[in-house]
Amino acid sequence: MNIHIKNGRLIDPKNQLDAQQDLFIVDRRIAAIGTAPKGFVAEQVIDATGLIVMPGLVDVAARLREPGYEYRATLESEMAAAVAGGVTSLACPPDTDPPLDEPGLVEMLKHRARALNQCRVFPLGALTYGLKGAELTEMVELSEAGCKAFSQADAPLTDTRVLMRAMQYAATFDFRVWLRPQDSFLAKNGVAHDGEVATRLGLPPIPVIAETVALSTALQLARETGVRLHICRLSSAAGVDMIRAAKQEGLNVTCDVSMNHVHLTEMDIGFFDANCHLMPPLRSQSDRAGLRGGLLDGTIDAICSNHSPVDDDAKQLPFAEAEAGATGLELLLTLVLKWAEQEKVPLLHALSRITINPAQLLGQKMGHLSLGAHADICIFDPAANWRVEPAALRSQGKNTPFNGYEMQGRVRYTLLDGQLVFQQ
Amino acid sequence: MNNPQLNKNGELQHLLSTEGLPARILRDILDRAGEFVAPNGGSEIRKVPLLHGKSVFNIFFENSTRTRTTFEIAAKRLSADVVNLNIGSSSTSKGETLLDTVDNLCAMHADMFVVRHSTSGAAHLIAKHVAPDIHVINAGDGRHAHPTQALLDMFTIRHYKKEFHNLTVAIVGDVLHSRVARSQIHALTTLGVPEVRVVAPKTLLPTHVDKLGVRVFHDMQEGLKGVDVVMMLRLQNERMQGALLPSAQEYFKYYGLTQERLALAKDDAIVMHPGPMNRGVEIDSSVADGSHAVILPQVTFGIAVRMAVMSMLAGN
Repeated sequence: MNIHIKNGRLIDPKNQLDAQQDLFIVDRRIAAIGTAPKGFVAEQVIDATGLIVMPGLVDVAARLREPGYEYRATLESEMAAAVAGGVTSLACPPDTDPPLDEPGLVEMLKHRARALNQCRVFPLGALTYGLKGAELTEMVELSEAGCKAFSQADAPLTDTRVLMRAMQYAATFDFRVWLRPQDSFLAKNGVAHDGEVATRLGLPPIPVIAETVALSTALQLARETGVRLHICRLSSAAGVDMIRAAKQEGLNVTCDVSMNHVHLTEMDIGFFDANCHLMPPLRSQSDRAGLRGGLLDGTIDAICSNHSPVDDDAKQLPFAEAEAGATGLELLLTLVLKWAEQEKVPLLHALSRITINPAQLLGQKMGHLSLGAHADICIFDPAANWRVEPAALRSQGKNTPFNGYEMQGRVRYTLLDGQLVFQQ
Repeated sequence: MNNPQLNKNGELQHLLSTEGLPARILRDILDRAGEFVAPNGGSEIRKVPLLHGKSVFNIFFENSTRTRTTFEIAAKRLSADVVNLNIGSSSTSKGETLLDTVDNLCAMHADMFVVRHSTSGAAHLIAKHVAPDIHVINAGDGRHAHPTQALLDMFTIRHYKKEFHNLTVAIVGDVLHSRVARSQIHALTTLGVPEVRVVAPKTLLPTHVDKLGVRVFHDMQEGLKGVDVVMMLRLQNERMQGALLPSAQEYFKYYGLTQERLALAKDDAIVMHPGPMNRGVEIDSSVADGSHAVILPQVTFGIAVRMAVMSMLAGN
């Protein structure tokens, strides 16, 4: 179908484009910007007056809960949430039940996702069988089934020899290894940042050193093995400093941060608000400042939703017993816009954190509006004000620490591969 | 963020923690408790009909004899109907959730819940969940708070020392795992104690304990020098596991309260303990039974303080 998106402000970080331009889609791909290609006849016109037209968002961490946790969420519900949030590509961690450690599971997930035709799904393969941290998975087979990187999700990998070998093996085939740095002994039983709030509320703590000790190990092993290492969900200022130094040294390392940690701190836990029970834990204000600094200077490559829908029963428990996680796909764009406004970051720079940068982390060619690219597009109204009402979220997970927040910027249209998959 | 313990008129709705309660309310509770203690300072406590016709449910998800018993006695002296439930051996072991249990008890027309739970925040969760005419008293949640214990400690201190503004108080022992210590610290600082000390090895202190407004001591001798009140904490035997302490013997040697160490405190210092005591681990028997100890009066005052809290919550 030929689509003409007219009068919108195009923002494409990869091509450093920020201008009032029309965009023309022919045969699912971006055919022209500015003037229509020869002989173009629009079958559909989207009036983007007052709206911003950007590449569809790429989210490097969204749990879809399939297979195994369908009572929490299904592909149908979470893909609907994704496109409502303007997300057209997402990577899902392998901590399903069973974990994504068999090519058949990955193929089935990809097949299910494709059939729904809403959002591109890139499963991360389990780094070790059953995420148990003992035996390597068949990474080559998993890669052929569609895995773009290998990860332990939040499962511990305490045996450093296994970790080193996993990195060596991955490096052999130039596969990326994604790790969330957390020393499982130092974090044992912990549920909140080891700071003032956990001290006051008597919550079992997770100290910053649980992150930095594990990060130090991961960086040294990456240096040794030459693996392409991606650090997931950085939570501390000290962690940012270590990544910055590693990048300066020339190490092949990238990292991301969850939108929750860009905006919230341990103080948001208040009186045991289980919606703020997140993993990694929300840390101090200086950690949040450090993370924001890392985003500004490019130490942190991407912002993700860390979408983790949790059912109500698992949240209606005392803080420490409640399941960690929050819904996020529908809030990613608006929270990135909020951060950009607060820090006076130009949109061209800010939106790279949820488009081209995460696409490159996945080794994929999306996340931009270049001519010939698949037309994955998000069109949003930067002036639209709305309030986060859990019941109105499309995700099956209704738990969010941003419950009741006033937001600015709302998705109006989402196109996947040149087809309109969402509008409101 | 509203204080979940106070209603819109600033009155006590639930007692969940001593943190965030204004000094006015703490003093009201102590004054009210004073009315339930015989004027000669003795232990005779009147029976009154303030909670007549009300149902108090003691729901204990964690074992306790002393606290549950004193709450039961307090409620009975207020003429309430008391129901004791040891949930540890009941519903939740059959898979019922905490809030389901609470809903069921509400359906039995409970007016007040006294809750003990092994997880921090359990009492807050219940207080947030119940109807506005139901009151929740936290009888200990995880490491978080044990407000009635702290209040009876404040009552005891005021009984012996009259004022708070001129005191130096040392809390000695396992602050890290102690809900009692957290509640004591908030109550003492709110009531105007100028110097609250914590004394313990580094493994038994929360990383940011100084943010609670206390002076930190690792040396027992230094920590006890010139204090008016010594508040001992119980050291649980399981702390010897998990690499927190090498042995009970070594702990006693460096942090046990002996006559010799107590001599560093003021001559008229009082020694308190929330019980149950581990004699020879955190406290020497000669101190526990000695003239400075006010450990048994604490228990007696505990009933009056719990009566005061219950009657204030019930609006009397």
